[in-house]
Amino acid sequence: MNKATSMNLKINGNIKSFDDNSMTVEGLVTKLNLLGKRIAIEKNGMIISKSEFQNITLQDGDQLEIVGAVGGG
Amino acid sequence: MTQKKDQLVIAGKSYQSRLLVGTGKYKDFEQTRLAIDASGAEIITVAIRRTNIGQNEGEPSLLDFVPPNRFTYLPNTAGCYSADDAVRTLRLARELLDGHNLVKLEVLGDPKTLYPNVIETLKAAEVLIKEGFDVMVYTSDDPIVAKELENIGCCAIMPLASLIGSGMGILNPWNLQIIIEHAKVPVLVDAGVGTASDAAIAMELGCEGVLMNTAIAGANDPILMASAMKKAIEAGREAFLAGRMLKKLYSASPSSPTQGMIS
Repeated sequence: MNKATSMNLKINGNIKSFDDNSMTVEGLVTKLNLLGKRIAIEKNGMIISKSEFQNITLQDGDQLEIVGAVGGG
Repeated sequence: MTQKKDQLVIAGKSYQSRLLVGTGKYKDFEQTRLAIDASGAEIITVAIRRTNIGQNEGEPSLLDFVPPNRFTYLPNTAGCYSADDAVRTLRLARELLDGHNLVKLEVLGDPKTLYPNVIETLKAAEVLIKEGFDVMVYTSDDPIVAKELENIGCCAIMPLASLIGSGMGILNPWNLQIIIEHAKVPVLVDAGVGTASDAAIAMELGCEGVLMNTAIAGANDPILMASAMKKAIEAGREAFLAGRMLKKLYSASPSSPTQGMIS
């Protein structure tokens, strides 16, 4: 695998490969069809606020949790 | 009528309904919506879970059926077994709900009974309150723990009536009464209610409200049960405010006049 042009991210426990190695959080959210959805994202244990999505660039090996609200008691 | 409005006040905000409902275990989102509408609830609990990645884009979500602008969302920490997990979940919830601070804290101690771990609950409550959360806390019916949670700064104490999802009703009304008597913040029964009379009893004891999910979602007709619960909560509250008559073994004063009997 060519590290210069791709990266692996661990998203919600699963490793996913991306061709883009300079992708922002917003770029990822768009790629995952989650743009505009009510979600919250944690990167390597730190919450990223929505206003920072476009400023933060992801790196190979980053661990992300992407959560939403579901039915529960 | 010049009666003062009887409202539930939690963390400085007033609510007309004293019934809080969960959004889990329904057949589908439409049934969820109809049951919540029938319950008249204004505060509804939601869970925070990993989003499905790479699934159908148009897949409906709970939020489409019970929009956050119409209800007060109460994100919970269901499934968390440590203070750290619970705090992490609620930080994410606050981000998810645009800075919304009102949360339901529950830290479980045992996967079989879902009995709360009060030690971890106390730890988590302390952290969350320092971070500015308004914490409604699920706990056991131990009056000392309830008082401790209040002292830490929880805005509502929510002891169980019986185990989560059990429908066993109120097993220890005496402990609940002690908790209610000593609390300066609202006490709400959370978990264990099975049917309308359980909810009415909780309110008659002086609870400020009841939170339930399975009692409605697990009924044969959840929408009808939601309506029953709404009435039970209202009836129980009115009975509490009215002040019940004293219990007597028998009555020496009949309800009808003793004079004017035909002879």
